[in-house]
Amino acid sequence: MCQPIKKYLTASLPNAHPLHTYGSVRKRVKCSFIYTYIHIGSESTIKIKMQFMLLFSRQGKLRLQKWYVPLSDKERKKISRDLVQTILARKPKMCSFLEWRDLKIVYKRYASLYFCCAVEDQDNELITLEIIHRYVELLDKYFGSVCELDIIFNFEKAYFILDEFLLGGEAQETSKKNVLKAIEQADLLQEEAEAPRSVLEEIGLT
Amino acid sequence: MPAVSKGDGMRGLAVFISDIRNCKSKEAEIKRINKELANIRSKFKGDKALDGYSKKKYVCKLLFIFLLGHDIDFGHMEAVNLLSSNKYTEKQIGYLFISVLVNSNSELIRLINNAIKNDLSSRNPTFMCLALHCIANVGSREMAEAFAGEIPRILVAGDTMDSVKQSAALCLLRLYKASPDLVLMGEWTSRVVHLLNDQHMGVVTAAISLITCLSSKNPDEFKTCVSLAVSRLSRIVSSASTDLQDYTYYFVPAPWLSCKLLRLLQCYPPPEDGAVKGRLVECLETILNKAQEPPKSKKVQHSNAKNAILFEAISLIIHYDSEPNLLVRACNQLGQFLQHRETNLRYLALESMCTLASSEFSHEAVKTHIETVINALKTERDVSVRQRAADLLYAMCDRSNAKQIVAEMLSYLETADYSIREEMVLKVAILAEKYAVDYSWYVDTILNLIRIAGDYVSEEVWYRVIQIVINRDDVQGYAAKTVFEALQAPACHENMVKVGGYILGEFGNLIAGDPRSSPLVQFNLLHSKFHLCSVPTRALLLSAYIKFINLFPETKATIQEVLRSDSQIRNSDVELQQRAVEYLKLSSIASTDVLATVLEEMPPFPERESSILAKLKKKKGPGAVSVELEDGKERGELNGGADRGGEAAIAASNASTPSPSSDLLGLRSAAPVGGPAPSAGSLLVDVFSEAGPAASSTRVNDDGFLSALHAPEAPDSRLAEGPGDADSAPPSAASEDPAPPLPESDELLNKFVCKNNGVLFENQLLQIGIKSEYRQNLGRMYLFYGNKTSVQFVSFTTTVSCPGELQSQLNVQTKPVEPLVEGGAQVQQVINIECLTDFVDAPLLNIKFRYGGALQNITLKLPVTINKFFQPTEMAAADFFQRWKQLSQPQQEAQKIFKASHGMDTEVLKAKLLGLGTALLENVDPNPENYVCAGVIQTKIQQVGCLLRLEPNAQAQPGEQMYRLTLRSSKDTVSQRVCDLLAEQF
Repeated sequence: MCQPIKKYLTASLPNAHPLHTYGSVRKRVKCSFIYTYIHIGSESTIKIKMQFMLLFSRQGKLRLQKWYVPLSDKERKKISRDLVQTILARKPKMCSFLEWRDLKIVYKRYASLYFCCAVEDQDNELITLEIIHRYVELLDKYFGSVCELDIIFNFEKAYFILDEFLLGGEAQETSKKNVLKAIEQADLLQEEAEAPRSVLEEIGLT
Repeated sequence: MPAVSKGDGMRGLAVFISDIRNCKSKEAEIKRINKELANIRSKFKGDKALDGYSKKKYVCKLLFIFLLGHDIDFGHMEAVNLLSSNKYTEKQIGYLFISVLVNSNSELIRLINNAIKNDLSSRNPTFMCLALHCIANVGSREMAEAFAGEIPRILVAGDTMDSVKQSAALCLLRLYKASPDLVLMGEWTSRVVHLLNDQHMGVVTAAISLITCLSSKNPDEFKTCVSLAVSRLSRIVSSASTDLQDYTYYFVPAPWLSCKLLRLLQCYPPPEDGAVKGRLVECLETILNKAQEPPKSKKVQHSNAKNAILFEAISLIIHYDSEPNLLVRACNQLGQFLQHRETNLRYLALESMCTLASSEFSHEAVKTHIETVINALKTERDVSVRQRAADLLYAMCDRSNAKQIVAEMLSYLETADYSIREEMVLKVAILAEKYAVDYSWYVDTILNLIRIAGDYVSEEVWYRVIQIVINRDDVQGYAAKTVFEALQAPACHENMVKVGGYILGEFGNLIAGDPRSSPLVQFNLLHSKFHLCSVPTRALLLSAYIKFINLFPETKATIQEVLRSDSQIRNSDVELQQRAVEYLKLSSIASTDVLATVLEEMPPFPERESSILAKLKKKKGPGAVSVELEDGKERGELNGGADRGGEAAIAASNASTPSPSSDLLGLRSAAPVGGPAPSAGSLLVDVFSEAGPAASSTRVNDDGFLSALHAPEAPDSRLAEGPGDADSAPPSAASEDPAPPLPESDELLNKFVCKNNGVLFENQLLQIGIKSEYRQNLGRMYLFYGNKTSVQFVSFTTTVSCPGELQSQLNVQTKPVEPLVEGGAQVQQVINIECLTDFVDAPLLNIKFRYGGALQNITLKLPVTINKFFQPTEMAAADFFQRWKQLSQPQQEAQKIFKASHGMDTEVLKAKLLGLGTALLENVDPNPENYVCAGVIQTKIQQVGCLLRLEPNAQAQPGEQMYRLTLRSSKDTVSQRVCDLLAEQF
């Protein structure tokens, strides 16, 4: 009874993760004399369009990871490791889509970088492929012919651009101009703020 | 190192990243990182206050280290501090850190939520967007609790900037996905739908994702979106490639929005309004037409975007499944893609055709592409494409082409990739059985399967072929002959030996007339494989040998010799040894008559006999309560691995296929023979007779099982307790003690037996709404207390109590509510419920507050009833009757005959029975007027299976209509309580 309520909620309610948690679509229920399959919240589960996006190099180094479903750190590491291996093992001319566990993987290689998205089974593969391309275009425009090093050294920018483009796994703004405008505005804001930086102000601020 | 690009350069960070990149080994990298971590830690701990820039830099370094895969356990507080900076980049890095390294520390969450709250109310659009992005990235329940009320307001406010609206829409979507109960629709529904008309394409693009999600959950509330979506789609489809400016992507107007619009429409049936429908069909035709036009660009992006819309349109056409013309056109278009040079398109065409194959309108059109698909299966270089081709062949298979498809799949199996062999085997087995016209073809196919891909033939498959052979006497001789021939191959798979052993043991006599397969030849052939086989197969062969002794007395001496040999009778494996000893004794002691009776031919397998049940019946005693299902995994994979088109077929076939771990063939029990359960037909006759014979026979078989489950308990005398004698003290309404429950509280409780949401109570002052959800033995209830007056309620307190023994049966936890409820406001309270064991009473909810000085004191019964913890259970008729029979002890049954207080509308009845939480089983009761349901009540300490039967007597005069309700469960109190609850519902 004195257990903290929040803890109780997440610890024991099976739908504390009502999102499509992967790998556990079906679960067996034990009972005294009746057995059945239960789809976890088959009615209440709401599909998440894009589950995660990974950028990794040909050497298998993760350069960017964006997760749109709640997963533990351990699960994330395992998924990225397995998936990176799977994709790197594929030959160049192979198809850009594959079924992986219960997800659909859409990936494309740009120079030394692989861009890889995991989407729901019912999702549109081609438009996801173009989501990847548009993101590459955005990075390219922002950095000026982007290369892997830009993303390594300015990883935070890569995340900011992604957030302007995709939010919660859904396209937020597909116009290249509008996304870049938002990012550049932010850069401007920063420069304005940076310019009159004086000791006094610093103290006054903190 | 590249030139530090735009924005702020953090030199320290760039240097650190270079250092890491220059590390020659993993050890060096870890060393460098640990040094940096120590440095940052000392800076954070140091006495000198860090300026914002340094804080940002260090937080950013921590983030980098985390993204490299190292654990970070500090810096959260510094990141949170950055949130309140008014420098954009500092704030931005703070938010990024929080989004990536979410921390469940509640103190931090409070601070984060505060910072977000400030930014949301800052009216600065860039700050607002940052805050919204953070909420969307984290999406936790705490955030939903804090902001689910605020964001809809931001979304629909007239003065919100477009970019903020976009973020707000998707942020709300994320919160809705994570905590649908907290995002309450209502007055803003229609304004959200009208965002589809927004001037700004970006706003529409973002909003439509939200609308699609909400529509799929509440189609009725959002159905006005259909016509809006159609007109928006129509405008996009008919626009020239330059009209939409920056929303045109490689000459394709708004591809993302188009796809999302088409996806939204898939939440609904075809529009009823003729004009809307006409316009939509026009759009779909235009999209199909455009696919035939020459491309406007050679870039792959152009064709991808165009085809993305095309595939989404085809999905919609398939979803409607009502426009034969469009379906056939779609099929032809996909047919063209089957031979496209782009691998991606071939893959998608195969995939999409799979769903087309299941439509009656396009099934034939899909079949015309069979040669191309077979060719794809043979020649595609990418295994994922070949997999799709195999799926499509499976989906397009029917009686007319089954032989061709099965033959092609079999020949492909010889070279198929290991990753898909098992699935292929399963598909071939299913198709062969489903479309078998003559069973000799079926037997050939399965034996071929074992020959080609024996390792991948699961036990289910070879069990099934034996079942079919046993049940069909026209194929037994052929099967014996074929398996005998197959065994003659020098190397044959162990599964073949198993099938051979079983079939020859049963039907070897049918081919014994031929001197080439005389009894001794048969025996020698089987025995030549014996030493290469594993223990279970050897056990099976030993059983086959004893059957041989019965079938062919002339082999007796030879076989006894084998059984007597040291390698059998002294075998180190207990099972083998025991079989050898027992069979040897049986063959030497028993007279031929006895032998013939013991080893009589196997009776036919009952169709759809559930193997799980058979297994369960053996496990008597308390163990049965928590039997682990070893075969759960295999089954799950089997269904999951199936393609969409054929899933139903596989599932259906599964129902009749024994699972691998069942003891179908007696491999694990010493005696290979034994009567399986009587066929379902005979059960039907007496299952509902309430009288003795059924009960007594059950007692013989299953008494141990049932009585071990639940020792009958003393009848609960409190069952019929009325509202008056609830366990609370009887104070007067004006005192501070909780009032006794209102007289109508039982009636209010009954309203919620079959539903989870609604208004629990209402008077002039107060309205109490309820939303609740249950999973297994846990429940969560949201109570909404609405102040209907314009005056505030003060000292508002609510208490939930469990009177008497309920305290040990339910565990109820609540959070306190704010003591002040403003006029017109609503406060929410969450109640968590855990069901420990079955219970009868309902918890009491006492509400006290002062309205204009007068104390209000109301006690209600919380609508928590035992049926809330039902898990529905689907089962076939035979299973149902069998279980019904098992529960035939008098105290396990509760019955009521009562007058109908409402009409006998079938749909209403069904809805109520479903609302009860059980599964409504169709085609189970021989009388279609009756309803039967099954479910399991989940409590913490036990699970109680429940079967229900409701017999309406609809022929009677209105007003005279009666029901008979019968409940059977493994626990008497449960039968009684559910029966009492449900009897009030009709």
